Amino acid sequence: MIEIVSRERCIACDRCVEVCPRNVFDRGADGVPVIARQADCQTCFMCEAYCPADALFVAPLAHPARPDSPLRDEDRLAAAGLLGSYRREIGWGRGRTPGARFAVGPELPATPPPIVTTVTTRTEIGEGIGDTISEEVTR
Amino acid sequence: MTRPLELTTDVLVIGGGPAATWAALKAAQAGADVVLADKGYCGTSGAAASAGTGIWYVEPDPEAREKAMASREALGGYLADRRWMVRVLDQTYAGVNELATAGRYPFPIVDGRPLRRGVQGPEYMRRMRILVRRAGVRILDHSPVTELLVAADGSVAGAAGHRLQTDEPYRVRAAAVVLATGGCAFLSGTLGCHVNTGDGHLMAAELGAELSGMEFSNAYAIAPEFTTLTKTAYYSFATFYREDGSVLEGAGSTRGRSVIARALLREKVYCVLDRADAETQAKMRLGQPNFFLTFDRLGIDPFTQRFPITLLLEGTVRGTGGIRVVSEDCATSVPGLYVAGDAATRELICGGFTGGGSHNAAWAIASGAWAGQGAARYAASLGPAANRRPATGAGGAGLRPTGAPDRNLGHRDVVAAVQAEVLPYDKNYLRHGDRLTPALEALHGVWREVRAGLHGTGADAVRTRQAAAMTAHARWMYTAALARTESRGMHKREDYPDQDPAWRHRLLVGGLDEPWTRPDEVAPVGPEEFAALGSPGLAGTSGAYLRAAS
Repeated sequence: MIEIVSRERCIACDRCVEVCPRNVFDRGADGVPVIARQADCQTCFMCEAYCPADALFVAPLAHPARPDSPLRDEDRLAAAGLLGSYRREIGWGRGRTPGARFAVGPELPATPPPIVTTVTTRTEIGEGIGDTISEEVTR
Repeated sequence: MTRPLELTTDVLVIGGGPAATWAALKAAQAGADVVLADKGYCGTSGAAASAGTGIWYVEPDPEAREKAMASREALGGYLADRRWMVRVLDQTYAGVNELATAGRYPFPIVDGRPLRRGVQGPEYMRRMRILVRRAGVRILDHSPVTELLVAADGSVAGAAGHRLQTDEPYRVRAAAVVLATGGCAFLSGTLGCHVNTGDGHLMAAELGAELSGMEFSNAYAIAPEFTTLTKTAYYSFATFYREDGSVLEGAGSTRGRSVIARALLREKVYCVLDRADAETQAKMRLGQPNFFLTFDRLGIDPFTQRFPITLLLEGTVRGTGGIRVVSEDCATSVPGLYVAGDAATRELICGGFTGGGSHNAAWAIASGAWAGQGAARYAASLGPAANRRPATGAGGAGLRPTGAPDRNLGHRDVVAAVQAEVLPYDKNYLRHGDRLTPALEALHGVWREVRAGLHGTGADAVRTRQAAAMTAHARWMYTAALARTESRGMHKREDYPDQDPAWRHRLLVGGLDEPWTRPDEVAPVGPEEFAALGSPGLAGTSGAYLRAAS
């Protein structure tokens, strides 16, 4: 769900208010949009794609992140390059080539997966930004 | 109450996804004045915008076309119609090429040639919006329709709804209406589908339209647990594990999904995409960048680390059922009402099975184009007098309760009650009459309460109507699922595990307070019937065309 509208980065263009398919944002009194109906967010990342200032962050969870979640820590997310990462991936923004130009996926395997006998250690917790996330996902 | 915004037009398109934009574009190109009303924002709302999708795009080479048509006929239980496949392949080929040229869509270049077999959702829908606007279509964003308007003779005469960002009611008088409202995923959390609540199905049924294929409604997609990221195709590179670390044998992204559902009833299921080599991994990132947003942001390497998964219901978004199409211009049985995309049945090209993208994307383009053109022709035949017809709102459940509004009955309660019957794997996916029957009974009870007492006004009416639409949708699904006493396509009955030759026909369902079913008198045209027809011409056959093989 949408978690962050960066007050520092926002240029008050209201593009997110306009494009959100679920009408999650309201115009803010000072120009910075407000997350008015977070429960309606469908985690589709479209607002991020359209934000020209990379000011938004959508956490990849179908429920609100906890108050102390790193997914709500703007400085940390910015340092990890995650603000604006979707827009970068799809090649939107001045001077970029649309990602659609390169979007050739792999051939999908036709055969069913083989039965694997060696069992690797289960790793739920990733590195860096994900340190405390897996617990949140599996709560 | 605020005085509503009033517009008049020739063709009103309801929806904002691929099918809606193709319908609006083609209606405008045919000379009609067009208004497009989207529940969200045309360009971002709907199942296609937020994803990437393959398209059933096949070069007009006889061998390639034959292969494309034959590939899924068995999977769909031979309920498809080859005459429709032929014309959908033609129209899709033309449409995608128009997107490339007029729409300047940046298709990938492979070996010096454009590869047009798929699109990236955000880019596709951004360009469709531009094409639609350039064609002169008036777009109403954030303007969900809550009911159709009906003329005295029973024909459709426009629609009414509520503009969310200005909080004002609105009405559009129109000679013809195209419903391109998508399927219904029951707010299950599947990617981009929160606007897909089956509203169009309810509105069409209120005017007497029938539905078809509603038993093929149990598509479930794989997603990492607690996320919305449903992209099942990439899980063909996965190995699935139980909680204790042992491999879940037989689990897979295609035929093995029911194994996962069965396991999920008892325990958590994990997976690793460990069958993708380095080159494949790189291609996966290029092909579907948003697939990796979730993993990158959670700090999970899906190729080496296990993560818990879930199955999310995609209902009739990736099931095949929808409003019945009665002629080759995608008209419904209601005069002036046309239907396109996931709102329409896709049995005609894929029988009892679709899944994501591919056929659905092709159907959106083709049915959208035909519905738009058909609606424009119909509007022209009525002339300017069309919008002077007296027109009344046709909306019932959720809008005009039959009894006193029940203040204790909220739309959230209704949605929760419906979800309790349609989301569980052991009711909808792993089907058995012993479980479907009580589920349907419960849904009938929800409907009676909704019909008698659910009420909303303004923006709240949008939500009460969604709740009513989901209730109606669920009842049509299970009424059809109980009637079809066999397993075919994606409809699998544990109590009727075999495909029964006597059931090789499509099943119609309809009705609001009293749902009914009956066999479709129009027979499927499979490969053998198609061969027996010779090479039937498609032009100028209209209604008779559909009845030809019955």
